[in-house]
Amino acid sequence: MTDNHLIYAPAALHKPVRRLPAGMSILLVLVGIAMIFEALGWLLIGQSFLMNSQRLTIMILQVSVIGIIAVGVTQVIITGGIDLSSGSVVAMTAMIAASFAQTSTWARAVYPSLTDLPALVPIGIGIAIGLLAGLINGLLISYTKIPPFIATLGMMVSARGVARWYTNGQPVSGLEKSFTVIGSGIWPVVIFLVVAAIFHIVLRYTRYGKFTYAIGANMQAARVSGINIERHLIKVYAIAGALAGLAGLVTAARAQTAQANMGINYELDAIAATVIGGTSLSGGSGRILGTIIGTAILGVMMSGFTFLRVDSYYQEIVKGVIIVAAVVADVYRQKKRH
Amino acid sequence: MTTGQLHAAASHVPLMASDYLLTAENIRKEFPGVVALDGVELKLRPSSVHALMGENGAGKSTLMKIIAGIYKPDGGCIRLKGNEISFQSPLDAIESGISMIHQELNLMDYMSVAENIWIRREPLNRFGFVDHDEMRRMTQDLFRRLKIDLDPDAEVRDLSVANRQIVEIAKAVSYGSDVLIMDEPTSALTEREVDHLFEIIRDLRAHGIGIVYITHKMNELFEIADEFSVFRDGRYISTHAACDVTRDDIIRMMVGRELTQMFPKEEVPIGDVALSVKDLALEGVFHDVNFDLHAGEILGIAGLVGSGRSSLASTLFGVSPATSGTIAINGEKVVIDSPATAMRHEMAFLTEDRKVSGCLLSLSILENLQIAVLQNKYVTNGFVHEKALYSACQEMARKLRVKAPNLQEIIGNLSGGNQQKVLIGRWLLNKPRILILDEPTRGIDVGAKAEIHRLVTELAREGVAIILISSEMPEVLGMSDRILVMHEGRMTGILDRCEATQVKIMELASQ
Repeated sequence: MTDNHLIYAPAALHKPVRRLPAGMSILLVLVGIAMIFEALGWLLIGQSFLMNSQRLTIMILQVSVIGIIAVGVTQVIITGGIDLSSGSVVAMTAMIAASFAQTSTWARAVYPSLTDLPALVPIGIGIAIGLLAGLINGLLISYTKIPPFIATLGMMVSARGVARWYTNGQPVSGLEKSFTVIGSGIWPVVIFLVVAAIFHIVLRYTRYGKFTYAIGANMQAARVSGINIERHLIKVYAIAGALAGLAGLVTAARAQTAQANMGINYELDAIAATVIGGTSLSGGSGRILGTIIGTAILGVMMSGFTFLRVDSYYQEIVKGVIIVAAVVADVYRQKKRH
Repeated sequence: MTTGQLHAAASHVPLMASDYLLTAENIRKEFPGVVALDGVELKLRPSSVHALMGENGAGKSTLMKIIAGIYKPDGGCIRLKGNEISFQSPLDAIESGISMIHQELNLMDYMSVAENIWIRREPLNRFGFVDHDEMRRMTQDLFRRLKIDLDPDAEVRDLSVANRQIVEIAKAVSYGSDVLIMDEPTSALTEREVDHLFEIIRDLRAHGIGIVYITHKMNELFEIADEFSVFRDGRYISTHAACDVTRDDIIRMMVGRELTQMFPKEEVPIGDVALSVKDLALEGVFHDVNFDLHAGEILGIAGLVGSGRSSLASTLFGVSPATSGTIAINGEKVVIDSPATAMRHEMAFLTEDRKVSGCLLSLSILENLQIAVLQNKYVTNGFVHEKALYSACQEMARKLRVKAPNLQEIIGNLSGGNQQKVLIGRWLLNKPRILILDEPTRGIDVGAKAEIHRLVTELAREGVAIILISSEMPEVLGMSDRILVMHEGRMTGILDRCEATQVKIMELASQ
């Protein structure tokens, strides 16, 4: 630039904050935490933390479900909203979908004509129920103008109620092999990564993605630019609900049973993974890549503490600190920007 | 000779250093990578109004924030009544007798006027609780002195922007400071309120207070200021008595170049009726608005703040759809129920408030430019044609001469003028046939202003029908083919370019 106007413009004084360095720094945090556990492992119990493929597999499996939810939650938070209902939606879809995935071996003694349903039926039903829950969230937020916190808090309580009411609190077990396969082996990780890849592309390269950021950055400006805010928010919450439904399916398949108390606090873990991954709670910024790393950080923490045989209570304490620290970092970044 | 001129005449005489109320010398301030101020000075006499002039980004606000204790200088010396000072916080500055009225309002919406004014200094009763009666009395005293007619118990969120500004001013005065800094205090005020503010300022000046007054409005400078200093690109240019110079002199000093023509209005052939409005009304806000807008025509809309001109604009664009009346575009009746509908009819709307309803502040120039055009173009099956869109945006940014290193720059880091250019570019990408501009040049520097005026003229030449809303009378007069005047939600007249004068508009706007 030859124009010296730019050089002195005070608005241009603060170095622009790029998305990339934020993403890079969170990656460094992940590596740093892993290295700390590695060092402590050698120091305290004489073992390597990272050089254990079994541990790494378990670690990734543990957080895949959170990751699937977090992909939806990230989109919600980018619009400046929040979704507290995902954990309960996990339980509700797990229960209902599992009831369609039960083997008919026992029941056939009474009803000989019964056959097992193909796995696509419970999978379809599960995603549909999640989608419906998200749709209700979105409709409430868009048309009654109540804050997302309240709308999804209501769904959180009600969906949990549905999960308990559905079988009077009884677990649903005896699930078909063709269904439980989606929770076995490496499948949960594959599902997580595929979902993350899809929505990474969607957020970056589609109009839906651009509008999602625009709404979070300035809802009024987005409205004047011709974006139908109501319709768009319904889509975002419906997608988040469907992904929570998918997470419910994976949870039930992995446990080979469904229980009404599944998924408790999953919504908070998903929000934590999103926020640790650099998505700003004030909306308008955030990336799926960050959320993947945020999810990995949660995984490394859980697995690392277990590896060091640290009491699980400490885990929770430290997890809380990490979440707060991530938001503090975000606030600091925002401050530098304005 | 008016008092203003008397003051100005007296200010020719240089004072002893210690006789100045406030001096700042050789001030330097760096932000990471940039020098914001370099060798800047300011000398404020007691009992005077000292205006600071300069384009956006010249460093006026930065200097004021240093004096008010918000920033710390990297070099230089500030003296208050001859004593060197160095503030740790804005509170320090207030307690030493320097208070500042910021451009953005800093009031608490859910508290009363009185509570806002006396915050941190609430009178207490003998039990240590806030004495609300005493506080109300203090507020009434203050308001009586400043001739302000506001209820001390009203909640701030119920006040108009102008009245909030009045509360800010009263609050700053209530500190009894020797130095009062005002950063564009009139940007939200109507003409009558500006007169009131000037009365307050003259009264304060008569009581020995020194006032630093940042403004972009030339006529205010001549009306209220005794002296003024010009800044450019973070440097101090010069200080003069206000009566010694002309408007053109000041503009020359501010931009460092001649602006040959403030309003490059051209006579272009007026085409067919592009937009026809009949008996348009938005219940409780405006009613009975009738006009035809032709292709190639610039229709100015004048009126005081609150006259309904901005509401008319947002109704035309479907942000708050009309409750009765009809709109016809190219002779065809249409119902505009949302911005998307308006955009389908090739309309575009630059909103009044850049920050509130314009910029996606945390996003890049590119993302800000593309957001409207994505509605109808550059998308197949939901996927965006990134490359084509990027080059279209880049071309637009170049055409509008947006000053930024690249399109990835966050828009919040740009100056007001450049932000405004980006927002105009956002709409021009849509190639609109009808363009509504609400205060397109508010709060931006002279250079950018001229560029925007030139652009508007060019668009009119290309046959775009333009509605131009502005609080600046010269702008409306200089740019428009016809001027529609509104007053309290009614259209009070339409003036042709040749018959329109400042006086006639004011008559219609305040009848």
